[in-house]
Amino acid sequence: MIPYQPIAAPDALLARRNPVAKVAAALVVSVALIATVDPVAPAVAIGFELAVVPLFGVRYAALARRAWPLLLSALGILCTLVLFAAERTGSLLWQAGPVEVTTGVLVTALGMSLRVIAVALPGVLVFATTDPTDLTDALVQNVKAPPRFAIGALAAFRLVPLLALEWRMLSLARRARGVDAGRNPLARLRLFGSTAFALLVGAIRRGTRLATAMDARGFDSGSPRTSARRQRFTGADAALVAGAATLAAGALAVSVALGTFRPLVG
Amino acid sequence: MSEVRLRGFGWRHAGRRAWAVRDVDLRIGHGERVLLLGASGAGKSTLLAALAGLLAEDSGEQEGTVEIDGLDPRKARERVGIVFQDPETQLVMARAGDDVAFGLENRGVPAAEIWPRVTEALHRVGFPYPLDRSTAALSGGEQQRLALAGVLALRPGLLLLDEPTANLDPAGATLVRDAVRAAVDDDTTLILVEHRVTEALPLIDRVVVLEPGGGVRADGPPAEVFALHGTSLADAGVWVPGPPPAPRRAATGPGDLLLTADRLGLPPRLVGTDLRVRAGETLAVLGPNGVGKSTLALLLGGLLKPGTGRVSASPALGGEHARTAPHRWRAPVLAGRIGSVFQDPEHQFVRSTVFEELALGPRRLGQPEAAVRSVVDELLVRLRLDRLAAANPYTLSGGQARRLSVATALATAPRLLILDEPTFGQDRRTWIELVDLLAGLRDGGHGIVTVTHDADFVSVLADRTVRLGAEPTAPDGTGSAGVGSGWGHR
Repeated sequence: MIPYQPIAAPDALLARRNPVAKVAAALVVSVALIATVDPVAPAVAIGFELAVVPLFGVRYAALARRAWPLLLSALGILCTLVLFAAERTGSLLWQAGPVEVTTGVLVTALGMSLRVIAVALPGVLVFATTDPTDLTDALVQNVKAPPRFAIGALAAFRLVPLLALEWRMLSLARRARGVDAGRNPLARLRLFGSTAFALLVGAIRRGTRLATAMDARGFDSGSPRTSARRQRFTGADAALVAGAATLAAGALAVSVALGTFRPLVG
Repeated sequence: MSEVRLRGFGWRHAGRRAWAVRDVDLRIGHGERVLLLGASGAGKSTLLAALAGLLAEDSGEQEGTVEIDGLDPRKARERVGIVFQDPETQLVMARAGDDVAFGLENRGVPAAEIWPRVTEALHRVGFPYPLDRSTAALSGGEQQRLALAGVLALRPGLLLLDEPTANLDPAGATLVRDAVRAAVDDDTTLILVEHRVTEALPLIDRVVVLEPGGGVRADGPPAEVFALHGTSLADAGVWVPGPPPAPRRAATGPGDLLLTADRLGLPPRLVGTDLRVRAGETLAVLGPNGVGKSTLALLLGGLLKPGTGRVSASPALGGEHARTAPHRWRAPVLAGRIGSVFQDPEHQFVRSTVFEELALGPRRLGQPEAAVRSVVDELLVRLRLDRLAAANPYTLSGGQARRLSVATALATAPRLLILDEPTFGQDRRTWIELVDLLAGLRDGGHGIVTVTHDADFVSVLADRTVRLGAEPTAPDGTGSAGVGSGWGHR
């Protein structure tokens, strides 16, 4: 029902690492790979990332189902850059009318789309193997995030699936009232706007009611909270972050060694 | 165990001219169980919010005093627990056990004590699932049980229940009432707000009635209060114990065929269903939760595309459009022929005043402004909304919003009206008005289909019932699958 449920076997070696450690590891890899625009470093990183997927207890098929929008956008970037690149350097590989595909264009386009995958894949993997409640607990306990913010966000997050249902009912109710847009794009836009506004009004009302119910159970008491579920940050968790840093450094080193490294700035 | 003391208490929400509640003098002793009654707008919910310490000092103006065990309720929050109406917006966590633990964590209960108290609270309310049960997978009644457990785990001396069963079907409501009866011990003071008095009586030993203008109208043992004030309470909309209203059967037999459903379904929500709807009759669709009653209402209303089978409108209903299925009609064509009233009235409001709301449909049908105005004026008077013509639909009370949602469907004069749980959470007065209105429409030649759990509503108004989830049978002359009973519901 909720589209963000973990898809992993929860006892897999890396899936049961502390959620904060997993997020930190993903961030280290992502940030390092944003820094370069060449295709080699992301390709190396993607190879590593795919190799550790089984350690997260995720099957490749399940990952593909979760990550297909990512693949689609990478493909979109590839096509767009090949077709519309401004600088067409390098030797000509293939020509179709005004489109000249050169080695320079292909390398840039490949670099960009691989980069998108390499940067996003760790995040996809982490959120596919992390329960939102566990992440919130770890944020509060291990990095001292303010509970009022973290748990408030978690509670609001629970209401998100309701929005889809609400949108459907609002749309059907409008049709029942004799309101439809037909083929007129302007009317369609107006209808979308009015439905979105009604959705927003409903969401605010629900959010207010939820906040009142939470405060009635002492959420705003201001006294120190205890935690029913313990989250520990162990040596294994630190090792995961260190491993991620090594992977990022390794990918960049390979790229530098091969002479393909092209920093984003400079 | 807590004692409640109100002296000349009143509260006015910031920015409002009228007092929400005023001049209340009341003393409720340790372990008393009080049913708090009053017409809608008498300030019951405001009073509960005050007792729960949820009225911030800067959110309004207070008169008199309110005390719990001699303390300001805002400083006695740990002694009070409150359960609200809507299950969806009371659960905080994704897993049932975590949700009960939430309040204990907030109060700083040591981690080692939390889980035994969670288990105990869940046991007290009869929660049948393990701790890691997803809260989203629970029925409304189970969610309210869980919310009750979350409050009881905090061991409040005063338990406040603000219409905890109003959003539930009868089975869910029974589940919650049983949990309250089993879980509340003699040490807990209980204050319950509830429209349905008969069902609440086993839980309480004292009745307090608030007067809408301010003050307490009646206070005492249930039998005494209802003997003295039963009639006036009934007039004010309270469901006092007594015989159900007299049946309103169709004066004549059914007329033209309006709508036919052949093996109509939408897997997995609804399996193939046959039925026929005629003018001049009220058809009630019954069945347990999750069997697809609301889906059937949407399909019959031409709002969803059928997954299997089909819906066809007769020439008497569809006119020139009878050859195409209702779900393919343009919205104005549909609204002029089939009116749908949703379970939640607010889903259907699209304008900023009651008048504009009613005028929308007729204008969409292209009627001249003079005709629109006369239709709207007539509906405003007929549904007692004339003094609210300029009000924003979102500010209406539950009963007013329900009347408006029915009126908007009537504004385009559809021959067929489809209603989903129209009596849900309504007070007695709105209930009777709805029955009168629908009986009048039926006798005027409209066809009426209503999805409902309300047994009284069925026995008073339904000419024929269809029970979903029963064994399907071949369609007979009057036509329906799994028909529960025949004509007249006798």
